[in-house]
Amino acid sequence: MGKTIAEKIFASHLRDEPFEGTKVLAIDRVLCHEITTPVAIADLESRGKDRVFDNTKIKAVIDHVTPSKDSKTALQAKMLRDWARRHDLKDFFDVGHNGVCHALFPEKGFIHPGFTVIMGDSHTCTHGAFGAFAAGVGTTDLEVGILKGVCAFREPATIRVNLNGQLSAGVYAKDVILFVIGQLGVNGATDRVIEFAGSVVEQMSMEARMTLCNMAIEAGGTSGICMPDRVTVDYLWPFIQDQYATPEEAVADFAKWQSDADAIYAQVLDFDVSALEPQVTFDYKPDCVKSVAELAGTAVDQVYIGTCTNGRIEDLRVAAAILKGRKIAPTVRGIVSPATPKIFSAALDEGIIQIFMEAGFCVTNPTCGACLGMSNGVLSAGEVCASTSNRNFNGRMGKGGMVHLMSPATAAATAITGVITDARSL
Amino acid sequence: MQKIFKGATIFLDRSDINTDEIIPAKYLTEVTKEALQPYMLEDLKLEGFDPNGEELANARVVVSRQNFGCGSSREHAPWVFEVNGVHTIIAESYARIFRQNMFNGGMLAIELPAGDIDKLFGLGKLGRVVVDVDLDAQTIAATVGGNITNFSFAISEFDKALVEAGGWVEFADERY
Repeated sequence: MGKTIAEKIFASHLRDEPFEGTKVLAIDRVLCHEITTPVAIADLESRGKDRVFDNTKIKAVIDHVTPSKDSKTALQAKMLRDWARRHDLKDFFDVGHNGVCHALFPEKGFIHPGFTVIMGDSHTCTHGAFGAFAAGVGTTDLEVGILKGVCAFREPATIRVNLNGQLSAGVYAKDVILFVIGQLGVNGATDRVIEFAGSVVEQMSMEARMTLCNMAIEAGGTSGICMPDRVTVDYLWPFIQDQYATPEEAVADFAKWQSDADAIYAQVLDFDVSALEPQVTFDYKPDCVKSVAELAGTAVDQVYIGTCTNGRIEDLRVAAAILKGRKIAPTVRGIVSPATPKIFSAALDEGIIQIFMEAGFCVTNPTCGACLGMSNGVLSAGEVCASTSNRNFNGRMGKGGMVHLMSPATAAATAITGVITDARSL
Repeated sequence: MQKIFKGATIFLDRSDINTDEIIPAKYLTEVTKEALQPYMLEDLKLEGFDPNGEELANARVVVSRQNFGCGSSREHAPWVFEVNGVHTIIAESYARIFRQNMFNGGMLAIELPAGDIDKLFGLGKLGRVVVDVDLDAQTIAATVGGNITNFSFAISEFDKALVEAGGWVEFADERY
């Protein structure tokens, strides 16, 4: 009987099965940020177990509120910083070098096909784009991960989502994943891995695949996952070139992780996305999705471009191409947060930052900030934000505020007109 | 040490109650569980529900519908329940991370079929419901106005072991 990629990763990492159906896996990457890690650190200290299982496999970043905005966030940053230094973590990213975790860690080449990855952050599913099993966990799972390098899961069944056809111009990975979540519902993939396959995924860049996998959790999924292929190898090549003589050799090696043709799935969904239109959310759940045309004309107060979903260089390029030579509406506040220093730097080199600034955007440092209403663009009650982020819960970006999720192209077009706008109509 | 799984019950009649509603992100700057105590369910908008009301303050058990605890992985959501003495959630289904976080902290996230959940909500309309969970027997006794209604539930061996050990740190530290 064939296996899915997730089943292969589970089999290769199984450390223990204390009870039938409970798989304790060895973890390759324990990722940490300053919001969910400090309580784990404090708890380990209080237990007299302030240790780390491997200072090369644990990576840490300050990203949610950075630079710190007040005494409380300064304390969180300090707790993470002191701990990283105390244990000599080989990869710790502080002010000047830090960025949104799910953009930064892949960019550093930390995630490889076949890896197991956990982080105290629900959007950890992003890293499945590399053919890894990557799951968001709570602080207790993170704590045990830090101490022991293991994490327990029920082996999740897999939903295969085949994305066939060819995306039309002006339609992006964000539109695809919003559509898929609309189809699955917010709990349609609970306790499931979502495996994204098909010609559309094969043609996607790693950035686009990360956008897809990033929102698997919004359908309840444990991890998103894509098959490792030549695109994966090309992205990772600077980091793996010592291990393989040629990229072809790496492609051949990574193929061992690919799901078998006779693998068993809980569900297989086939979508031809050739006719898909740009998508946008309404209401307060990420499965409340319509085409942009249906919501066109809805006024917004703020446009936010960035985050672990859509703050990568490709996203900024798409938005800048629409903003070039234009001004945003006087009724709109535009905020762009390049997700990492490398992306910020590339955007500077390419003239993208200039375009954003001339259009009237505020450019912030890399941070999660506004996405979860912690800093850098919190909404007031009654305000509406067009956002490239991943969550539109009531009050998510500030109490009483409303969020419409959309692609960077739609967000840029919406910034120009001040109302939800299909970028293809400009 | 095993936690206490009984007490007055509050009914939250909606599916997909998310962790932003249970504990808004602005409080994630706290570094102790205790500091979260005043903010339980602060952003939940539900007819007849008052986050500052006595019913919530007295509650030790929460009953809700599908996909409870969806969204963010923040363990602050189970913690805000824990520090308010709410150690038992009963719902039709959960988001994976929230459910795991509950058991990892030695608390109960019990799943009941839709029919039983409906029955519980029905009891809630009769008056103040007190729930008492017997973990060994895997039964729930719901008392309202002197009448007791019993429910049975399933729990995996692993989840039960976590509750008995007091949580995942205790379990894992012993074993790995």
